Amino acid sequence: MTDTRQDSPQPGQPGVKTRRFSISLVWIVPLVAVLVGLSLVVHNVMQQGPTIEITFKTGQGLEANKTAVKYRNVVIGQVTAVELSKDQKSVTATVKLVKQADNFTRVDSKFWVVRARIGAGGVSGIDTLLSGDFIGADSGESNTRAKAFIGLESPPPITYGEPGKRFFLHASDLGSLGVGSPVYYRKIPVGQVVAYGLDENGKGVSIEVFINSPNDAFVTDNTRFWNASGVDVEVGANGFAFRTESLSSVIVGGIAFRAPDYSPDDQVAAEDRQFELFDDRARALAPPHGKAQYLSLRFDQALRGLKVGAPVEFLGVEIGSVVSVNLDFDVEKRTFPVNVGIVIYPQRLGRAHTKLLKALNHDPDDEKAAAQLLGSFVDNGLRAQARSGNLLTGQLYIALDFDPKAPKVVFDPTARPITIPTVPGSLEQLQEQFQVMVERLNRLPIERIANNLDANLVELRKGLQQFNSRTLPGVQGTLQEVSKTLQSANSTLAEDSPQREQLTQTLDELGRMSRSLRELADYLGRNPESLLRGRPKDAPADSLKPSSRN
Amino acid sequence: MSRPPRAAELNLVLCHACGMACDNSNQPHDCERCGAPLHAHKPDSLTRTWAYLIASLVFYIPANLLPVMNTTLFGSGADSTIMSGVMEFWEHGAWDIALIIFIASIAVPATKFVALALLLITVQRRSTWAQSQRARLFRFVELIGYWSMLDVLVVALVAALVKFQALGDIEPRPGILFFGMVVVLTMLAAMSFDPRLIWQRDKEQADD
Repeated sequence: MTDTRQDSPQPGQPGVKTRRFSISLVWIVPLVAVLVGLSLVVHNVMQQGPTIEITFKTGQGLEANKTAVKYRNVVIGQVTAVELSKDQKSVTATVKLVKQADNFTRVDSKFWVVRARIGAGGVSGIDTLLSGDFIGADSGESNTRAKAFIGLESPPPITYGEPGKRFFLHASDLGSLGVGSPVYYRKIPVGQVVAYGLDENGKGVSIEVFINSPNDAFVTDNTRFWNASGVDVEVGANGFAFRTESLSSVIVGGIAFRAPDYSPDDQVAAEDRQFELFDDRARALAPPHGKAQYLSLRFDQALRGLKVGAPVEFLGVEIGSVVSVNLDFDVEKRTFPVNVGIVIYPQRLGRAHTKLLKALNHDPDDEKAAAQLLGSFVDNGLRAQARSGNLLTGQLYIALDFDPKAPKVVFDPTARPITIPTVPGSLEQLQEQFQVMVERLNRLPIERIANNLDANLVELRKGLQQFNSRTLPGVQGTLQEVSKTLQSANSTLAEDSPQREQLTQTLDELGRMSRSLRELADYLGRNPESLLRGRPKDAPADSLKPSSRN
Repeated sequence: MSRPPRAAELNLVLCHACGMACDNSNQPHDCERCGAPLHAHKPDSLTRTWAYLIASLVFYIPANLLPVMNTTLFGSGADSTIMSGVMEFWEHGAWDIALIIFIASIAVPATKFVALALLLITVQRRSTWAQSQRARLFRFVELIGYWSMLDVLVVALVAALVKFQALGDIEPRPGILFFGMVVVLTMLAAMSFDPRLIWQRDKEQADD
């Protein structure tokens, strides 16, 4: 009993038990678990970025929960679903962006699929071959937000915020340019084509280029842009000259720009300024065209070799080009004349043009006055002529020259386009003269001459035959006789022949005779009286000697 | 009733550590032989089991929602949760592997939750329903507990082995941590559950 009584103070222990019972430490474990779970949920909610939908043409390379959205190669989101759009014409990718990528919901944000692209300009996105495609993103600047975007088919060449300037170029056609074609300044790539499109009226192409900073400062108001695609082959007096910007521009095309060397008061061009895109460097850097003047020419000859684009020269200066070559039918004459349309740029005449304008008080915008001016030129002999520029290829060009001898032509100042009379081309003139000569030759009685000649020749032949058969044997006999005569003459004149001996004697006699004759003459010279009296008998012998001996 | 006396009736308590039957008449705190604490029942069995079970249930959610593994092959990384892995294997025709993963990672923990909850509830209600089956169920829960770690081991092994830099790389993701926690906590719950409670009928016996 005492034991049990002593036991009764002990219920201190149940007190401990009750304390333990009230809160078991083991409940910390589920508490921690719940806290961790809650923190995960909270973290997830905090990290939850916006969800957007991007529409692409195809779902190629897009995989739900796999394809990432990257900006500067940092993942900013992930595709959570890829499904066909309601009209089944496109693919809608639902993208869950991270919290920090809030900027990418701006209305002008851009999204595109980055995949391996092999173009002439280079290879891009090669890493996606292994890693799979991803969606590239570029945040916009607008303040309005959007949930749905339309994905680009190709990456935009310029990302937002890149320093530089945009310019617009106008050209008649795009040529071989494309988005991404480089823009060169002094052969250094400084920018690229970012967009192009047809003009609203469809009569030209507008090309948007982006020049990176700091090189955008080199684009000035005077700057000329030209299409640097391909290779320029120039044939000059020095031979061939190839000119190209770079190998890649040969393939993908390119644009080059430069201000003319002498361009005073040049200002840096403002953003979005419009420029003209010239076809080549020479045309771009040439003085400005000025106002174009369309003229019509009518040739009565075939113009093989005259192409659209052939130069038009005025007194040797190129002032325009041929824009059309059309065949016409002349109802009255029943002939096929060639109508050639040309365009000339009077401003290309430079100083001559300005002086002319000043002297004639001419307003270049007044078409009527221009027609009258041209009319006066025509009266002074201005004629168009298709000339051969290259004898080998037969290329023709149009030359406007003053020909005072040209026959007068009535000029119609009201015709539009203004028509300039023509004269046949130089080569044609040459051909005509040649033809006349040939015709004259044709008219010669060559056949009769030939017949006569033939008869003469026959007679000549007969005569020669006669000569051979009759005259030649006689000649032979004569020659033999001559030979004999010569032989006898030879024997007569031989050294030991009596005739020769006699001749020597005769000659001696003759010598003596001549001596006595001389003595006689001398004697007679000194004694002329002896002619009358005869020779005195006492005459000394020495007096008979010639006087020269004295 | 001719039945052998129960240990409680003889005031005997079995030491959990060395198995010695100690005299509980003066309520000693420690085993006479090895000094381990003596309890007539596992202490706080129901409370602890409930706590561990609830904690493991809480962790079971992120374990299945969060990715357990990140597979990077040729630069393209993909997170996979347990279920997505199962689906992937199934779609590729490896239904056997899919089944193994499904059973080990999803079915077994779920079974454990259900079984433990069932045991706890029936014990608290002092139900006498299907006692031997419930005892067998508890043994089964203890048995399959280890196999749930299969997933954790696979991820740990694969993550350690597959390190080919750019070619391929496998990294564990937080989901596997939670899954491991689930397994550990369910095992703790099973351990802290006292199967003797299944057989207890009398109120005074349950109190001690």
